[in-house]
Amino acid sequence: MPDKTVEKVTTATGEPAPAVVAPDSGPGAAKARSLWSDAWHDLRRNPLFLISAVLIVFLLVMAAWPSLFTSASPRDADLANHFREAPHWGNFFSPEWLGYDLQGRSVYARIVYGARASIMVGVGVTVCVTIIGTVVGMIAGYFGGWLDAVLSRVTDVFLGIPFILGALVVLNAFDQRSVWVVIMALAFLGWTQIARVARGAVITIKQADYVVAARALGASTYRIMFKHILPNALAPIIVVATIALGGYIAAEATLSFLGVGLTEPTVSWGGDVNSGRADLRVAPHTLIVPSVMVSITVLSFLMFGDAVRNALDPKLR
Amino acid sequence: MGRYVARRLLQMIPVFIGSTLLIFLMMYVLPGDPVRTAMGDQQFDPAIVASIKKDLGLDQPVLLQYWHYMTNLVQGDFGTQISSGREISDVISEAFPVTLRLTLFAFTFVTLVGLGLGIVAGLKPDTLRDRGLLLLTLVLVSMPSFVLGILLQWVALEYGGDTFKATVTDSTNFSELLLPATVLAALSLAYVARLTRTSVAENLRADYMRTAVAKGLPRRRIIGVHLMRNSMIPVVTFLGIEIGNLMTGAIVTESIFNVRGVGIEIYEALLRREGATVVGIASLIVLIYLATSLIVDLLYAVLDPRIRYA
Repeated sequence: MPDKTVEKVTTATGEPAPAVVAPDSGPGAAKARSLWSDAWHDLRRNPLFLISAVLIVFLLVMAAWPSLFTSASPRDADLANHFREAPHWGNFFSPEWLGYDLQGRSVYARIVYGARASIMVGVGVTVCVTIIGTVVGMIAGYFGGWLDAVLSRVTDVFLGIPFILGALVVLNAFDQRSVWVVIMALAFLGWTQIARVARGAVITIKQADYVVAARALGASTYRIMFKHILPNALAPIIVVATIALGGYIAAEATLSFLGVGLTEPTVSWGGDVNSGRADLRVAPHTLIVPSVMVSITVLSFLMFGDAVRNALDPKLR
Repeated sequence: MGRYVARRLLQMIPVFIGSTLLIFLMMYVLPGDPVRTAMGDQQFDPAIVASIKKDLGLDQPVLLQYWHYMTNLVQGDFGTQISSGREISDVISEAFPVTLRLTLFAFTFVTLVGLGLGIVAGLKPDTLRDRGLLLLTLVLVSMPSFVLGILLQWVALEYGGDTFKATVTDSTNFSELLLPATVLAALSLAYVARLTRTSVAENLRADYMRTAVAKGLPRRRIIGVHLMRNSMIPVVTFLGIEIGNLMTGAIVTESIFNVRGVGIEIYEALLRREGATVVGIASLIVLIYLATSLIVDLLYAVLDPRIRYA
């Protein structure tokens, strides 16, 4: 099967979802490998995955090197351009392409530079949440007993707080909110979902024959957890994490829109929508363009997550 | 059944205390001072600030403050707002019905349209209309509520005329609540439609469906009773949990459309750093959230006689 080599190559180049882990040791390896390579086989034929992957790569490049896309600076304000509308046709990718905002800043430059904050928050929160949630869920699921009872109640408590409300309370305490503050606040509130999924997966896997066998052979707790259980529990965790990514980007934009997300000088789409709110009638382009940009970004990550879930969850085939 | 309810109610107590304590701690431990905020930018005497804080009990240890707050709350005393001097229970009783109306409106919308679309698509899986629904839900899910809100507001301003209002002035008027309710409902609606569609499509292939067809039952009965009753179980769970989510989603929707509900009250109280108001409203929302999840679990037994509670 040519897939094996293809998978190896893409693992090296770091295609995000399927290549995260291709475990190559332990009794569960044969099954695991077929799951991941099967998933990759599926994904390559899924048009939704291909479209979303292209969009995501595009957004990542925009976040990493915004100056590739525009020569204008997002902070250059020229009041002569106050609310100047976009020229009707042509002028693509020039600073005046999408018009100017209240302070005469190029809307196009603002959305190009805004990609970085959105992507950083989305990816950063997802990474933090996945790590915290997996650790908590694995400990609770593997050791059980009072540790599980305590951790599960703590999870319930965090889950009882509505996400946006909690984020409003935490973020409102800070006057200057950089990308890192927002990441920390959202991760602090968001880890519960992954913890639950990880706990459930670990409890199921813990009873599998290969784990019993590993224990009978005298493998250490550490080895059992990281070499046997974790690789097998990873699929549901990754599915939930990739789908949540889009949600975190939407949450950041919503919080910035409410005025408690990212603050200046960070360029953020949600913040731009917020500052343009009063001028919906006069200059709708200053709000609509960043709004649409948020939606496109969330859409690409959601499609990506959907495709990964369909590929990794055999029940949905 | 009675024992199950009692056990669940007992389990809810630590979660309720924990969640409210967490919000309380976040409000009081993180920097920010309601008395200073109430004074605005004017010059102030630190001694006056200190004496006001002493009067309000804000100089005590946080856990003691939480204890006082909770003992008052249990007796139905929510406290008073610092800047306006209004009773918080008055604020809540004024704003809560507004949010409740908005939430119920949105919930009806979610249930009717979401279920309808889901059933229509699920009965004919993998056809054009099924694909169309998937695409529609994907678009709806990827629009955060402020994006949809702004877009609808813009359309209402440009083309709405008198029928569609961009902001709400009278929350008892259902035509004014139409846009905010649509925005609030959009996300849940998409999820409900998808869930219903999957559930219906899955159950369509079940053995009991074949049996029902083989018995020669009328199609209406097969779909209306056999299929629906089995497909609705996951959907009902989801709908129950969504009530709580809709109430928090109202924070965003209310601030877009200027609906004077608890969402706006909690948001403004946050900006003024008034812990008592925020925690009071938040406890109410947590309580509703816990209650709906209990009701949903009890509904399981009604929908699925195979489930019995010990």
